Amino acid sequence: MIFDSPALEYGALAPMLVIFGAAVIAVIVEAFASAKLRPALQLAIALGAVILSFAQVLRLRGTQTATAAVNSVVVDGPVLFMQGTILVLAFFAFLLLADTDAFAAQASAIPGSSEERAALQTGKIQTEIYPLTLFAVGGMMLFPAANDLITLFVALEVLSLPLYLMAGLSRRRRLLSQEAALKYFLLGAYSSAFFLFGAAFLYGYAGDVSLNAIHVAVSGGSSNEAFLLIGLISISVGLLFKVGAAPFHSWTPDVYQGAPTPVTAFMAAATKVAAFGAMLRIFYVALGGAVWSWKPMLTAVAILTMIVGSVIAIAQRDVKRMLAYSSIAHAGFLLTGVLALSQEGLEASLFYLATYGFSTLGAFALVTLVRDSSGEVTDLNRWVGLAKRSPGVALLFATFLLSFAGIPLTAGFIGKFTIFTAAYDSGNIAVVVAGVFSSAIAAFFYIRVVVMMFFTDAQDDTVSVTIPSLYTNLTIWIAAIATVILGVFPTPVLDAIASLAVFVR
Amino acid sequence: MNLLTSMGALPLLGALLIALLPAANTKLIKQAAFAVSLLVAGVGFAAAFGFDRSVTEFQYVERFSWIPALGINYQLGVDGVSLILILLSVILVPIVILAGWNESENGRFSVKTFYVLILILETMMIGVFAATDVFLFYVFFEAMLIPVYFLIGGYGSGERQAAAVKFLLYSLFGGLLMLASIIGLFVISGNQIGRTMDIEGLSTLQIDATTQNFLFLGFFIAFAIKAPLWPLHTWLPDAAKSATPGTSVLLLGVLDKVGTFGMIRYCIELFPDASRTFTPLIIVLSVISILYGAFLAIGQKDIKGLIAFTSISHFGFITLGIFAMTSQGHAGATLYMLNHGFSTAALFLVAGWMISRRGSSTIAEFGGLQRVTPIMAWSFFIAGMSSLALPGLSSFVSEFLVLVGTYTRYPVAAIIATFGIILAALYILIPVQKALHGPTTPGNENLPDLNKREIAAIAPVIAVIIFLGFYPKPALDIINPTAIDTISRAGFSDPAPVVGGNK
Repeated sequence: MIFDSPALEYGALAPMLVIFGAAVIAVIVEAFASAKLRPALQLAIALGAVILSFAQVLRLRGTQTATAAVNSVVVDGPVLFMQGTILVLAFFAFLLLADTDAFAAQASAIPGSSEERAALQTGKIQTEIYPLTLFAVGGMMLFPAANDLITLFVALEVLSLPLYLMAGLSRRRRLLSQEAALKYFLLGAYSSAFFLFGAAFLYGYAGDVSLNAIHVAVSGGSSNEAFLLIGLISISVGLLFKVGAAPFHSWTPDVYQGAPTPVTAFMAAATKVAAFGAMLRIFYVALGGAVWSWKPMLTAVAILTMIVGSVIAIAQRDVKRMLAYSSIAHAGFLLTGVLALSQEGLEASLFYLATYGFSTLGAFALVTLVRDSSGEVTDLNRWVGLAKRSPGVALLFATFLLSFAGIPLTAGFIGKFTIFTAAYDSGNIAVVVAGVFSSAIAAFFYIRVVVMMFFTDAQDDTVSVTIPSLYTNLTIWIAAIATVILGVFPTPVLDAIASLAVFVR
Repeated sequence: MNLLTSMGALPLLGALLIALLPAANTKLIKQAAFAVSLLVAGVGFAAAFGFDRSVTEFQYVERFSWIPALGINYQLGVDGVSLILILLSVILVPIVILAGWNESENGRFSVKTFYVLILILETMMIGVFAATDVFLFYVFFEAMLIPVYFLIGGYGSGERQAAAVKFLLYSLFGGLLMLASIIGLFVISGNQIGRTMDIEGLSTLQIDATTQNFLFLGFFIAFAIKAPLWPLHTWLPDAAKSATPGTSVLLLGVLDKVGTFGMIRYCIELFPDASRTFTPLIIVLSVISILYGAFLAIGQKDIKGLIAFTSISHFGFITLGIFAMTSQGHAGATLYMLNHGFSTAALFLVAGWMISRRGSSTIAEFGGLQRVTPIMAWSFFIAGMSSLALPGLSSFVSEFLVLVGTYTRYPVAAIIATFGIILAALYILIPVQKALHGPTTPGNENLPDLNKREIAAIAPVIAVIIFLGFYPKPALDIINPTAIDTISRAGFSDPAPVVGGNK
């Protein structure tokens, strides 16, 4: 028996290889470099890898789309766009992570123990957050590019496992953070199991794990329909969990609240891109032929998600939880793009993901600035009167909120317009109406925060806005500028998407 | 020369300029804002003089591709209706700045912010009337809420935050319904003539009756909230009571006109069949608005609340004129928009001065102002008479045209609406009698009369009210061709007058 070594198209895989390679290097650096050198070195490696990888994405942009690594990975227009988006978001997320003050000095130390205090005092601060994030970024880049169910599952785990850990790394309120990590891990494990279960049934249905083979089997329609339906439902559960759609959303607020805010920013922005990327590919490429089997279910989920997200957000008193529920509502809007099952739906989803990613990153970055002596203040009642003390922060936060609410001249509006247009065009008017009504509900709580910041007088003055580090500042401003520019002049990005966005089977 | 873009960009540039001025020098800021608004008004007049009244197409047309991927253009142009409303806006802004010289000082934000917001709002007002691309219109329609929100919430009095939020949420809700309809139109245009948001292109679409009804309702509810029509009016009295007088003038005088303007430009032009279907319902709502607003105005104890409810009544007349679907009704409604802008401005400005002098907005607190402050009292009197449509003052002409135009098609509605005029006499004359006439009541003896600045602000408004009352031809010349054109393109014709007798 002769084994041929599989042909790997290194060129096409380069963006991911760079990131994974850098992650491995970062692990070695973490082990051997001195504590003093580590933070700067790790940041340099991470940023360098992201830039290098982005350059690879740009290089691949014009080339013929192709499958790579024995058909398990596909590099086409949408993948490159999503990888580019993830890398840009990751770049700014790393700048936020550079504020090591947010992370536990020693993740293994018991909260409140003498070990922990000693680590803090001696400045022996671990920087494992960088390699973890790099692995997550690699997984996120692979997830939408995966062309068979096995690769999909591997990518899902590669992106998820570091995130579970990262959620538990908060320096302050460590118990809350660890609780979040545990919750995320347990529920994530369940959803992975569902995903795997579904993958097995789809394999049983099609006799092959590649998305293309599933597509052929669905089109042929001769196999066992029950296998298809069970597989479809289970795999959807796994994916809907990752994007935070109702009724699989319950982890989102707890994890967003408990995780260190820079990690939340990264997770909220980039995971959504990756998970929706994979979802779009599975539903468009593999299961498009079975649209009547999943459209009613997914329509119901989309409507439920929008309503749950916007209604429950009203009751939130914590800014991170509010943003979490807002992200759930946005997952609902994004699902309408998946439901459209058209070229237009794909383009609109890609644009929406990019704009949402920027606004989210910016909003969470601002949350890291509002603090008192014991760390970040996320209680909204203590954000009152913020505009009086820090008009700049309040104004920028209001900009991001207006973008979430979809007010014209912000990126969120163009995103909402294009994605609802795609949904309407596909004849799915119910989700458009539900989307419009939940937008109206959502406007209420976004505006309430604006009222709190601008029109209410502060009761106590213990909350202050820290002067942001250069990195955080850069992130916030770039996110804000992107939010406004994409709202006023979205043409370059829309054109770029239009020229790229064709899925390859 | 891109006249409309220049006019729209000027206030924005002015706002930038003011943002660069030192915040402490409030006098300079006010002067700069006033100068900019005067300049804009000058450009507005230039546009009015250069306007060709014999043409019914859009004039001063500009068109640039904005988002080609979606077929969206930056596209401006004016017809008679939009020109009149732009004129109204650019005239009212300098008057508001001059009249409310000090109203920016006790706000939550700085004086500078106030004028920046006012000028940004002016840009939006010009844009919303000049846009001939539905998407661009929507952008202005929604974006203009933000400066108004901060103007009410930041500089108003009383329950200003609650009023600002209520205003914003009502408007956003209506806007989102309209967005759903716009998306619907957009998709239909894509299937029929290629994606466009151009109003002229969209009016050629063939839409089946059911879809048309739903799309119409999306637009109409948004505009009925804005206008406001009973039962969607509840935000207006709160907003008007809380906002500063100047903001109220712009809110009721101009912003609410976006609603009635939208009904003409978008509801009727884009959905003529659906307009026909819903006309009876809308006529009924208009008549209810007229009477309801009038009755509640009579019962108001607060002077600002009074003016707000009179406006609801007047907006009922405007909507009635629009949906009577006769050229007289249309011309009357458009002229009414202009006249209501000036008479409400006069009422609010004088009321604002009365309130700031007396330190109270309760009508019962005033009394015998005629003796103490004759100029202020006369100004209020004339404004009030204009509001109740006294012949010889501008509102009379428009109210008469609306009623005549309605009578030819809906005689019953016209007759019931006429009661609104009688009620108007009550709601204006009672406060006039209480506040201005009779003996001077305690607390009012030493009120100062209007100063020169205030006289300079109110004089042009009153001059316009009297001038257009005797000689409305200049305005009607601009309005009439557009009104006739709109009616005929929507497939209506004026009913021939029936000559009775000969039995």
